Amino acid sequence: MGGLPSPPLPTTSYAPNGIVKMTDPVLHATKQVPDAAGRFGDFGGRYVPETLTRALDELAAEYEKAKHDPAFQEELDDLLKNYVGRPSPLYHARRLSEECGGAQIWLKREDLNHTGAHKINNTLGQTLLTQRMGKQRVIAETGAGQHGVATATACARFGLPCVVYMGSEDIRRQAPNVFSMKLLGAEVRPVDTGSRTLRDAINEAMRDWMSSVETTHYIIGSVVGPHPFPMIVRDFQAVIGNESRVQMMARVGRLPDCVVACVGGGSNAAGMFYPFVEDRDVALLGVEAGGLGAAPGQHASPLSFGDPGVLHGSYSYVMQDEDGQTCDVHSMSAGLDYPGVGPEHSFWKATGRVAYTNCQDDDAMRGFDALARNEGILPALESSHAVAKAMEFAAKRPKEDIVLVCLSGRGDKDASEIARLKAADEK
Amino acid sequence: MSAIDQLFTELKQQGRKALMPFVTAGDPDVDFTAAVIRELAARGATMCEVGIPYSDPIADGPVIQASYTRALEKHVRLADILAMLGATTRAISMPVVTMVSYAIVYRHGLEKYVREAKAAGVAGAIVPDLLVEEAGPLSDICRREDFSLIQLVTPTTPRERALRIAESSTGFLYYVSVTGITGERQALPAEVTENVGWLRSQTELPICIGFGISQPEHVRMLSPVADGVIVGSAFVRRMATAAERPRDEVLAEIGSFATSLLETLDHRAN
Repeated sequence: MGGLPSPPLPTTSYAPNGIVKMTDPVLHATKQVPDAAGRFGDFGGRYVPETLTRALDELAAEYEKAKHDPAFQEELDDLLKNYVGRPSPLYHARRLSEECGGAQIWLKREDLNHTGAHKINNTLGQTLLTQRMGKQRVIAETGAGQHGVATATACARFGLPCVVYMGSEDIRRQAPNVFSMKLLGAEVRPVDTGSRTLRDAINEAMRDWMSSVETTHYIIGSVVGPHPFPMIVRDFQAVIGNESRVQMMARVGRLPDCVVACVGGGSNAAGMFYPFVEDRDVALLGVEAGGLGAAPGQHASPLSFGDPGVLHGSYSYVMQDEDGQTCDVHSMSAGLDYPGVGPEHSFWKATGRVAYTNCQDDDAMRGFDALARNEGILPALESSHAVAKAMEFAAKRPKEDIVLVCLSGRGDKDASEIARLKAADEK
Repeated sequence: MSAIDQLFTELKQQGRKALMPFVTAGDPDVDFTAAVIRELAARGATMCEVGIPYSDPIADGPVIQASYTRALEKHVRLADILAMLGATTRAISMPVVTMVSYAIVYRHGLEKYVREAKAAGVAGAIVPDLLVEEAGPLSDICRREDFSLIQLVTPTTPRERALRIAESSTGFLYYVSVTGITGERQALPAEVTENVGWLRSQTELPICIGFGISQPEHVRMLSPVADGVIVGSAFVRRMATAAERPRDEVLAEIGSFATSLLETLDHRAN
């Protein structure tokens, strides 16, 4: 298990009843993205300064080579197994399911990975690519700090210097992860421009890369940015969905009826959904951050409320004003507090393969509480959005149905922010 | 033939080089931007590059970034900038081009942007986040409208690719002197002259050099190989003081800085 999805395309897939069936040609086509220009249908591409083009071409070429190199695959698999602890468990949340009174809720436990989230799947893969390209330094952006910690971890493991850009608002609300990054030897550079969140951290990391591109690799943490990043990050995260399929078949002999994941930039969702794209009978549900409500500036849900446009190197749904200026967005969860989304999600929205909804702050908090009290699991605030919507969905479905949730990260990092939010609510 | 093509034809005949200052539109307001453009024209600047503020400019250093932020905090709108340019360009012969993110052009509508900019007397656009691979649709409209689409070549651009960019670019070719973001630098890389010299041997298109250029010494170093130089942050930094100083004083300072650069350019050319 683990690593990249194998390049040969499957001509068959598991039907929900476990019978092997021919693949639907439309769904099969939906999986054959991106094209050579990095297009997922109309979305994606590459909108960056010319300075970065050579590095992006080199990255795409190196990734292509690595993908077909058994030694690379072997090394990554070994790291995922013995360092990260994969495969991550598939857990039947019985008490949570009973609480909802409907379908069975199952959790893919990415929160149990080393460093506490799915982010490490990508950073190890990209760190191996960094080494293959002979680059000696790594930079990254982070929102919730999970990608920052996962990058700092991978860099410590391979002895690479690491600089993480993080908005000062996020440094405040995700302090435990800032300490961890520093303990791991990374330099955390606060970003005070704009909204001082993930979007500004990406801007600063891109600016660093503009000057350092010849010696530095930029490990983007989500399925965003210019080609080939959205593809590479999705492929490294696809281990989540690939494992889930095998585990589901082994445990219950069929695939789930619905798969739910939270979407900020969208990496855990992309990794979870991609391996299920061809399974017609598996509904896929992406959950954006609904924040405080549908009014402009109150949420971080470009797929729900935005329009296609250009941000951070790709063409995708984005929250912009009429002039094309990026809007401020809001989510209590730093990892979802982002005005854009990965281009493949825009493609899945356009093709209808994935349904997208959004979950407001207070509902996500109820999801957090429900999982904590019924199952003894503290989910990350990001993942709590998916938990809340999965509970809502499960309540309306029969007991035989299976709802699989990507529990993308654990909530330890959020403890003090949650305490603060709850105290503010009580006032 | 666009206004920029005509300009370079004339400069070539006269054996002169171009100076293109960069100014941020709307910092602190569009009236001041208009006054700066007029001042630069009066001092004999050859062209002017007007930066359309953008919320997420990844190719820009702190000085231009901060000017964009100030302008956007004052809610400057694209329509206000184009209206100001329409009124300003009528009274001057110096061509004006816009530096504008593709996020803005796309949102506005490619065709609509080009038509409205052209109607405002703008001669062309530099779109710093539009690569040659993605430039097709905008490039077609620009050719049809005789509106220059100036494209960029950088030190990291492989030579074969540079030729492709030169073929696609119109007006002039923008050579980025450094691997990095905009902003003043003490020294420029020595290989600039070699790289531009090579480009010069490959294309008929005029070549202007930008990024990092802020001192007469830089101009002295580059003018033998380039058809023009672009100076951004050094102007924007001076403009930034207009919020708290008498505007006449700031304008005079910007004007004399432009004059010092022009004298260096003409001195070299003669």
